[in-house]
Amino acid sequence: MQVASMHFKERAHVKLHDERLQFNLKKMQGKFVAKRRESLVELDDFEGTRDSAKEIRNRALENLDVWLELFERNAKARGATVLFAETPDDVNALVLEIAARHAVKKIIKSKSMVSEESALDHAIEAAGMKVVETDLGEYILQINNYEPPSHIIGPALHKSKEEVADLFSKTHGTPVKTDIAELCLEARGVLRSHYLTADMGISGGNFFVAETGSVVLVTNEGNATLTTTLPRVHVAISGIEKIVPTLEDTATLMRLLPRSSTGQSISNYVDILTGIKGAGEFHGAEHMYFIIVDSGRTAVLASELREALRCIRCGACMNHCPVYQNVGGHSYGWVYPGPIGSILTPMYVGLENAQDLPAASTMCNQCGVVCPVRIPLPDLQRKLREMAFEHGLRPWYEHAALSIWSWFSQRPALYGFGTAIAVRALKWMGGCDGLIHKLPIGAGWTDERDFPAPEGKTFRELYKKRTAT
Amino acid sequence: MRVGFFVTCLVDTMRPSVGFAAIELLEAGGAEVVVPPAQTCCGQPAYNSGDRADAIALAAKVIAEFEGCDFLVAPSGSCSGMIRTHYGDLFSADPPMLQRARALMEKTRELTDFLVNELKLARVPGRFDGTITYHDSCAGLREMGIKAQPRALLAMVPGLALRELPGCEVCCGFGGTFSIKFGEISSRMADNKCQDIAGTGADAVVLGDLGCMLNIEGRLRRRGDMKTRVLHVAEVLAGRKPKS
Repeated sequence: MQVASMHFKERAHVKLHDERLQFNLKKMQGKFVAKRRESLVELDDFEGTRDSAKEIRNRALENLDVWLELFERNAKARGATVLFAETPDDVNALVLEIAARHAVKKIIKSKSMVSEESALDHAIEAAGMKVVETDLGEYILQINNYEPPSHIIGPALHKSKEEVADLFSKTHGTPVKTDIAELCLEARGVLRSHYLTADMGISGGNFFVAETGSVVLVTNEGNATLTTTLPRVHVAISGIEKIVPTLEDTATLMRLLPRSSTGQSISNYVDILTGIKGAGEFHGAEHMYFIIVDSGRTAVLASELREALRCIRCGACMNHCPVYQNVGGHSYGWVYPGPIGSILTPMYVGLENAQDLPAASTMCNQCGVVCPVRIPLPDLQRKLREMAFEHGLRPWYEHAALSIWSWFSQRPALYGFGTAIAVRALKWMGGCDGLIHKLPIGAGWTDERDFPAPEGKTFRELYKKRTAT
Repeated sequence: MRVGFFVTCLVDTMRPSVGFAAIELLEAGGAEVVVPPAQTCCGQPAYNSGDRADAIALAAKVIAEFEGCDFLVAPSGSCSGMIRTHYGDLFSADPPMLQRARALMEKTRELTDFLVNELKLARVPGRFDGTITYHDSCAGLREMGIKAQPRALLAMVPGLALRELPGCEVCCGFGGTFSIKFGEISSRMADNKCQDIAGTGADAVVLGDLGCMLNIEGRLRRRGDMKTRVLHVAEVLAGRKPKS
């Protein structure tokens, strides 16, 4: 996907004034938070389960090469082919190669965020094949001229039911429907025929299980089951970090993933797909491929941001993020929005292209306290800020302001003198209502807020006077 | 018990009365309060902006100034949170300093927590006739575990009625330099907070951090609300009337 993260501020500005989006965002935000909270009540030891999940993910990452090799061996033993893609372009090239090998004309896809990184659908279409997204949200976006997803779980969450109804009517040539169930039925009718006529199905992969060579898919619509079992060829695409050592480990992670994500104790469907259709077996693809993607992940693994790779893509961080809730997912300008996106995007597309993302956080740590695998998201945002500072990527005036403050703070006498003057000036600027309506440097504050004026003397002045008398 | 009072730069410059209110409460609880005179900033602005070197220099200064005290107490969840949860990271590559940092981290407390859990304050000097609502500041809540403490203390104030704020744990949008770098987003977050506050119909919103105070008050006034007071918990507990 084309990167637009360098325009975060401008994009956020537009989204903040998009009334329809603001309405849709407000409607959604409370639901995720409340449902997650309710579903956690039934877990007897949520914090303990989080510890285990963190430990499982760390164990996978610490010996990633070993687990990947084990996965490859076990998947091959069951007749699957395991391929590794170093770059997004490699992902597309591998998919096209497989499609050519099997004379594929039509491809159906269930949700895969990794395939968004390489804009796979465009590559497939450019190669002259048809591709149909079968996840309802992804389908909505596809028929809306490939609008980018705004959320990793609900890619079309930014859209209202009315917008979807109009889009369906326009695309399918049907009367406008108002009922959600009717809209779902309409999509189902359209998609059904594609399931039966597609030559190849592409899925993502929530987990790759090393001990069995399986891919685990967590979905709610059943589309992944159809996508991966009806066509002749199944290709599962996911990142190298999605490895989990054992099925037992997967079970632990599954206690947290749907709950953290949609607030379900279990998703409607959990597919565990192992190998090709065997002799005498009725279901499954005849050919199975795994494309395991690096695309910047080994660089993260080797960096101070390694903990971000624990992510199991539940979306809880964005569902709870006050910045995301106000600006929506599209502001972030790439595949992964919200707090986890603010870490992954700069690492995958270059800090110089996305340095505003880790900066655009109040460090309120709401994301950190809900993350099921305990990724310290604000700490990682700070690490990226340190990298941006070291590489001189921040604007000079920001640097200057910070340096002046730090310089004075390390010289108490000058600090005392400087602040005494400053508070008097600001007090005077506040006038009789004690409010500064415009700060010459600090328009970011006063464009939409007043700045309450200081009392007029510093604590240190007053305290000195008090102790002297 | 020698309590080193960390004024915080925002109290020092913006609201000295909060500092005096806090000292009054600490003394009411029987603490011997010392105020190291050369103190300035905890280093958080530098730390959160990625300027590690300046953050380390300021943290070392705070450690030197306060390590002789039995406790460091600050009228802020944000500054006490910076010291208690992040100073260790700053000195992770410097074992001798790390040891000193750890010692200070352990004795660093947020004001209301210290009043409740160390001084076990049983009554407070203040009186407030009216309804208040309470905003939990992020660092106080999620780094320092400040939730029940201010409410327990406010319950001791005669005349005061607390009406809980919906979304009291949601960030107000201050976020230090975020409030200027991303002023528009920050203002929107503050506006959401103001709407929630207005919904409670409370006479005042009370909180424990100056950053949130300035942010919320700034947005309330710009919205045209000149009536709802924005007060630091120490002011209410001590019964100090801020200048209006």
